[in-house]
Amino acid sequence: MNKFQALLALFGVALAGLAQASENEAVTFFTLENGMDVVVVEDHRAPAVQQMVWYRAGSADEPKGSSGVAHFLEHLLFKATDKMEAGEFSATVAANGGRDNAFTSYDYTAYFQRVAADRLELMMQMESDRMKNIRLTPENISTERDVIIEERNQRTENNPAALFREQKNAAQYLNHRYGTPIIGWMHEMRELDLDDALAFYETYYAPNNAILVVSGDVDPDEVRTLAETYYGPIPANPDLPERIRTQEPPQTAERRLKFKDARVAQPYISRSYLAPERDSGDQETAAALTILAEILGGGTTSYLAEKLQFDTQVVTYSGAFYRGLALDDTTFDVVVVPVPGVTLREAEDAMDAALTSFLEEGVDSEQLERIKMQVRANEIYARDSAEGVANRYGSALAIGLTVEDVQEWPRLLEAVTEEDIIQAARDVFDRKASVTGWLMREEVTQ
Amino acid sequence: MRLFYAIVISVLFAVPARAEVDIKEVTSPGGLKAWLVEEPSIPFVALEIRFRGGASLDAPDKRGAINLMTALLEEGAADMDARGFARASEALATSFGFDVSDDSLSISARFLTENRDASIALLRAALQEPRFDAEAIERVRGQVLSSIRSDLKDPNNIARETMDQIIYGDHPYATSLNGTLESVAALTRDDLVAAHQAVLARDRIFIGAVGDITPDVLGALVDDLLGDLPATGAAMPPPAEVNIETGVTVVDYATPQSVAIFAQKGLTQKDPDWFAASVMNQILGGGSFESRLMEEVREKRGLTYGVYSYLLPRDLAATYQGSVSSANDRIAQAIDVIRDEWRKMAENGATEEELLNAKTYITGSYPLRFDGNAQIASILVGMQMLDLPIDYIPTRNDKVDAVTLDDVKRVAAELLTPDNMTFVVVGQPEGIESTVAN
Repeated sequence: MNKFQALLALFGVALAGLAQASENEAVTFFTLENGMDVVVVEDHRAPAVQQMVWYRAGSADEPKGSSGVAHFLEHLLFKATDKMEAGEFSATVAANGGRDNAFTSYDYTAYFQRVAADRLELMMQMESDRMKNIRLTPENISTERDVIIEERNQRTENNPAALFREQKNAAQYLNHRYGTPIIGWMHEMRELDLDDALAFYETYYAPNNAILVVSGDVDPDEVRTLAETYYGPIPANPDLPERIRTQEPPQTAERRLKFKDARVAQPYISRSYLAPERDSGDQETAAALTILAEILGGGTTSYLAEKLQFDTQVVTYSGAFYRGLALDDTTFDVVVVPVPGVTLREAEDAMDAALTSFLEEGVDSEQLERIKMQVRANEIYARDSAEGVANRYGSALAIGLTVEDVQEWPRLLEAVTEEDIIQAARDVFDRKASVTGWLMREEVTQ
Repeated sequence: MRLFYAIVISVLFAVPARAEVDIKEVTSPGGLKAWLVEEPSIPFVALEIRFRGGASLDAPDKRGAINLMTALLEEGAADMDARGFARASEALATSFGFDVSDDSLSISARFLTENRDASIALLRAALQEPRFDAEAIERVRGQVLSSIRSDLKDPNNIARETMDQIIYGDHPYATSLNGTLESVAALTRDDLVAAHQAVLARDRIFIGAVGDITPDVLGALVDDLLGDLPATGAAMPPPAEVNIETGVTVVDYATPQSVAIFAQKGLTQKDPDWFAASVMNQILGGGSFESRLMEEVREKRGLTYGVYSYLLPRDLAATYQGSVSSANDRIAQAIDVIRDEWRKMAENGATEEELLNAKTYITGSYPLRFDGNAQIASILVGMQMLDLPIDYIPTRNDKVDAVTLDDVKRVAAELLTPDNMTFVVVGQPEGIESTVAN
């Protein structure tokens, strides 16, 4: 949820799943003495560099009652520090021909700048400064709070599909913060104050809770020297809390909801199932679920498209999504958009019939082979984007995975068998741990 | 034997200091021109092809035909139906993006070196032998209709379509390239075939390639891919007459945040004042956090999450537009602030510091655009469509740096028309009434 753009796409964030690490990537990893992790991704094709700092703190780490404070703080980090005036950070980046922004998710908050390679030192100087030295005024708080409220208006209040997703997520999680929107609930956003922001900042913004990812035309030794100079002197926070959140109890009751809004043009069905996430050293199930999402809902040749768009023409669109990069239990999502004349009830029944027949028929081995071909090809294509590589390492390390886990991931995808996929599907398609939502047009009374 | 003479011009330029991008102009044996950057370090190629004209070539009463035709190119070709085509593409791990805008139909292809010939054969089938099967037409028509229905309820889209109707009159730019529910429902297979013939012709092709491929191979490849297309297609539409009606049009829509778009006359990229206008726009509202609009509307007053202005030089009309979104009870204030800033810039121009910062930003961020094979291929095509010289890239920043404070002041005074702007507001804005009949 950055200053300009959301991380969360329309139906989820599945496409990232097949993104690959590659042995050809020039990646260097080390840790500073104060505990700050550093990843360097070399790409010398153009003299540009990107610095990212990822904090292992996102909306799911917020205290109860202060939803949205992680994202609010992200905005406030562009205000004054001891050394810089409000707005000077971005102005300096721009005046050096660079671009900067930031984004907040459930499990992390990240800041980045893209500049000519010879400006890296200035970027590090500024980014390290605001890790500890922001100076906020009451005016900053009231004005920027208005900005995030307008951001929520733009992303959520003006968009019935976004309001629907929010309600559905809240129903999915009985006890975990993933049920609270990243941007926050409006009534709590209105109450966010200076103390809320500073408390979050002082707890989580510390080198031992951060990952520096530098990508582009850089030398790892030079990055190390610069990082030791600018980030090295910042003391670790000895009181950094262990990252333990309230966990889900056993989910034993299927949840169903209907969301009605006059602004809905295209009714659809979205079902989410609670699903395991990628854990360090234990990513096999997540790999199977990643392939399962492709097989079921990855486009024209997917199983759901075959059954619901080709064999029968009951839906206009079908898709399946899995977001494996999460600290805690995530979801596996299935979406169908019925054609005109087909009711939501009929579409949902057809979707369920397809899921059942998939478990009976098993995996089409040719389809699996094609997906694995794409997995291998993505290792080549991925080398064209150092930023993509940087994002992959940053987001993985921010949720507790290691560099080895990231590098092991393509091999795990390739090792997935038909049996693994069916087993993962049987385990994840548990209606008791699911939420089925109907996005509907408001009834118009005659 | 195929005689081949390529490489007419070759230019080495720096982006910005050390990296060298060597653009070669390749002329195929069949006479097609392509710009190439060889980048053999990763074994794949990004290929960008555009046909000028795009959806503006829709026949009268057939609005949406070219959009639907474009969407059907990957839905069955030669001996493959839609799924057969998709399976072939997946097995090769190639990807083809087919897209259409008001000014061009574009194909963005990516393929591994090891699968080059098979990938090109597949793309050739899509471009030259699309099947337009009845089943595929109905399925994709349903998707397009669904998208049109969604657009009709989307405040951003309502604002866009309302503005286009006002400023572009009866030109194709005035209506959505998706077509309407009625026009799309009425399209026949013959309409799609005619749309294909109107757009995909050899006299309007622009090609950029970046990656692991040599000039000789590229020359043979583009002939194979495009050489058998018809020599010519539909005539280009005339330029649009831009009509800026002074005032506000409110579209009542029950939603908490109003969406506003504003427009006035613009200028083309061939205009001698283009760079001065670009620098002026960067200062006024050009997308960075430092613009005057962002400073005044967002940073000082918290009235919006984002406010922008942008020069919009299309092939057949040049306008200058902007957008802002604010809660219904705050949008009137946001628009007042925008009007004030527009007038201040027109009357006073910019400061030396603003000029310097804008120039550094524009010149410094230019090389950051060259950050991947597909991005560079797209830039190569864009340059050709604007008829820019092949050695343009190393000269571009000099043109920005040459802009003076007087240039900005003069262009601001000449270009900006604070007394002749059209605003469209979608929502339930408090304190704003329509002054323009819609």
